[in-house]
Amino acid sequence: MSDVRNVIIIGSGPAGYTAAVYAARAELRPLVFEGSITAGGALMNTTDVENFPGFPDGIMGPDLMDHMRKQAERFGAELVPEDVTSVDLAKPVKEVVAGGETFLAHTIILSTGSGYRELGVPGEKELSGRGTSWCATCDGFFFRDQDIAVAGGGDTAMEEALFLTRFARSVTVIHRRDELRASRIMAERAHANDKISFLWNSEVTAVLGEERVTGLSILNNKTGESSTLDVTGLFVAIGHDPRVELFDKQIELDDEGYVKVDFPSTRTSLEGVFAAGDVVDHQYRQAITAAGTGCAASLDAERYLAERGN
Amino acid sequence: MSTVKHVTDATFKEEVLASDKPVLVDFWADWCGPCKQMAPVLDKLADEYGDKIEIVKLNTDQNPETPRNYNVMSLPTMNVYKGGEVVKQLIGAKPKRVLEKELADFL
Repeated sequence: MSDVRNVIIIGSGPAGYTAAVYAARAELRPLVFEGSITAGGALMNTTDVENFPGFPDGIMGPDLMDHMRKQAERFGAELVPEDVTSVDLAKPVKEVVAGGETFLAHTIILSTGSGYRELGVPGEKELSGRGTSWCATCDGFFFRDQDIAVAGGGDTAMEEALFLTRFARSVTVIHRRDELRASRIMAERAHANDKISFLWNSEVTAVLGEERVTGLSILNNKTGESSTLDVTGLFVAIGHDPRVELFDKQIELDDEGYVKVDFPSTRTSLEGVFAAGDVVDHQYRQAITAAGTGCAASLDAERYLAERGN
Repeated sequence: MSTVKHVTDATFKEEVLASDKPVLVDFWADWCGPCKQMAPVLDKLADEYGDKIEIVKLNTDQNPETPRNYNVMSLPTMNVYKGGEVVKQLIGAKPKRVLEKELADFL
């Protein structure tokens, strides 16, 4: 057992680090559990971030996170690359267990983000790392001059497809609707790229191959026709699910399973517990919106502490 | 403090395949975010279990031959070699505790 801290932040993407910057500057000495391998959050798997204000030439996702981390550290945030294994959030003094140790705090900021969604089709898991991938920037390199596919129709899918054209001979985007969900600029770039082609109204029903991916079973959901697409790689970019498994039995979630907050504040259903970033937001999901709500969560926590006289 | 040694295509046979101890090879590249996240975890493992298992890194960018030979298609991939054979393969970044559990036979 340790002293009761002002604030513990769980998660370390733009939301968690921004909350840490604000809480540290307010001299709340935040303790941040960054996660042992998820530190930095989703942006760690991206390349150029072109839409974070203040970087006219863009910035690499991992560099942006490194900057935010250093900024939080500069003001005295305590950053710990550990995974939280359990929490008890209902009591006035909250308990957080990480690395076998229990930590106490008056307030908690949840910024655990989201994780990649899987297709849930046969062969996907079995061939993960043998042609099925969730990270184009990590694995694209191994598909030089090969024919590969991307499942999904959003910005992430377009970003992956465009990135993969650096290596692959061809990239087929498989999307279950007949138009993209991606932003206009990303969609236009994808359409303009000669290496990218589209399979509309189509779903992957199985990943084929023994030792490695050799193809995909495709179902056209309009015509009901089945076909096989010969590719050696499949990059899955069909969206994300909020990471709530640590506290989903304790806190109120919305219909889609995200943490429910009393918008525009970041208050959750539990007193002294605030939430920010992708674990709350299934609408905007941007680095800047996550950072914005991280700031709000820190200010909300600060006000809550002041009102209670801590 | 033990440091994680780098191996190359040229030294792989001698340093990994011919080793008396089991060797965990971390296939990585500097453009791979999750690989960077694994680095401190592997440093810690090397510190704690360095007497039982050798932990080394191979830069797949500079050493394409070894990952090709072992069908590495995803980063990070961690292969454990014992007596010159792959006895365990772990794909994707994993927290230290998970890694310890997966490697329990060797630690």
